[in-house]
Amino acid sequence: MIDTENLTKNFGNVRAVDSVTLHVDGGEVFGFLGPNGAGKTTTVRMLACLVGKSSGSARIGEYEIANKEDQPKIRRMIGLLTENVGLYEELSAYDNLDFYGRFYKLAEQKRRERIEYLLKLLELWDKRDVAAGTFSKGMKQKLAIARALIHDPEVLFLDEPTANLDPEASKTVRDFIVELKKEKRTIFLNTHLLDEAERVCDRVAILKTRLISIGSPQELRHSLSGRRVKVQLQHVDDSMVAAVKKMGYQLGEVTANSIVVSLKDPENENPAILRSIQSAGGRVVFVTEVGPSLEDVYLKLVRGE
Amino acid sequence: MDLQNAWNVARKDFKIYRRKPSVIYATVAMPLIVGVVFPLIVDYSMSRGAKSLTAAAAPGLMDSFSIWFIIAAAIIPTAIASYSLVGEKIQRSLEPMLATPMSDGDILLGKTLSALLLPLGALYTGSVSFMVLLDTFTHGLLGYNYYPNWHIAAILFAAPFAALLSVEVNVIISARMTDVRSAQQSGALLMLPFVGVFLASELGFFELNDTNLVILAGVLAAVSVAMFFVAKAAFQREEILTRWK
Repeated sequence: MIDTENLTKNFGNVRAVDSVTLHVDGGEVFGFLGPNGAGKTTTVRMLACLVGKSSGSARIGEYEIANKEDQPKIRRMIGLLTENVGLYEELSAYDNLDFYGRFYKLAEQKRRERIEYLLKLLELWDKRDVAAGTFSKGMKQKLAIARALIHDPEVLFLDEPTANLDPEASKTVRDFIVELKKEKRTIFLNTHLLDEAERVCDRVAILKTRLISIGSPQELRHSLSGRRVKVQLQHVDDSMVAAVKKMGYQLGEVTANSIVVSLKDPENENPAILRSIQSAGGRVVFVTEVGPSLEDVYLKLVRGE
Repeated sequence: MDLQNAWNVARKDFKIYRRKPSVIYATVAMPLIVGVVFPLIVDYSMSRGAKSLTAAAAPGLMDSFSIWFIIAAAIIPTAIASYSLVGEKIQRSLEPMLATPMSDGDILLGKTLSALLLPLGALYTGSVSFMVLLDTFTHGLLGYNYYPNWHIAAILFAAPFAALLSVEVNVIISARMTDVRSAQQSGALLMLPFVGVFLASELGFFELNDTNLVILAGVLAAVSVAMFFVAKAAFQREEILTRWK
């Protein structure tokens, strides 16, 4: 549904996005992770035909973003939740949506039904005649999401949808994204919140002007740091640590009653490690796999460690 | 260009203005002064005994006052155009609008309509009041109704071009401004050339007769066309999103 090839954007001498190549399937929730200034918003703006590319190419469905004739068609098939909600604060929730619905040439009856459906879905129907300026941040964000969905777009770009929201509002928005995922809509989610990406995305890409890595959250965790096993013991002493080291394994965190071991194939390697620890006098309580969090992977990649 | 889209933008702005009394006051204040206060000054001038306005001097005074409709046309859209564009900038509402299928031209036309129609409506209403009141006050002195005449017709023909020029200048200014007041103050500088023309005519450098007013309207129309291209260049999606600070 979304394809880019060496997509690049320069602002003067500054390269904001550098040779990004990616593919997003229809119905996929794709997370775009990166620190501030990584080029996430610029990439979305290029894909939404809001700013032009400097080089490379990108397609949304069958349409090319640089083709002037295709651009209105792309804008018709996408919905964009901008980083700043950008609502008309003097207008009511209903009027905000009605204003946007008209640009997509929705017939009046259809527009009315769609607004009612979205406002009810987002629990804003009771506030439909209230000026958006009086809404809480969470309500404004929900209204902005409704605005992005007013024309039932095939592709939805969400730029930092939970930024600046309190935990409760963030959860509401995140739950709603999960609901949207069930509708098999293609969602391109810009975020710097790893927890959010891990919870809702099928695949994530990590961007720092260039694309650093791409894959499912699980793949990224495994590809970078291998796998780790935490052996919980009644107590740990130096002989047990030495026994594991002697086998050639790299140790992670060692505490008074646990040892973390990095290995490639826990299913086959665990028995030997446990035998070695037990030989050194260790009494195993339990064994669990502790993969690195996406945050570990992200930080490692972004900092270039 | 899609007129339906442009009208949707203008319609939305009108809804917002309804909730912003300051915009309404700024729009009606000057037409009210020119349309009501100036005729009252003429009426007062006629009732000052020996120093009162004569039948020979009355048309000149009325013509001088009527020039203010052009000056007002240049000033009034400043309040709305600045609010309309800088207000969108402050609320960061331009990006979602730019992400819709409408063209830059649709948005620019919508913004132009919203900044033009209210002031022009107020100006033409003010001009009716101006003519009716002055005819009522001066009929006894002149023995005939001075208005309507070609002079005011030429002025009211030139006024929309002055207003259009004002909107275009404000689009360009708004691209560089981040607060409404600064944009309004800068935009209001546009009235200086018009006041200059008025003063020059009052000081006798030239006469603002019907012919010269039509020439002025032609010049304003030509400048408006040229400025439209400059405004259109400033109103590009990428410019707005990356350079409008």
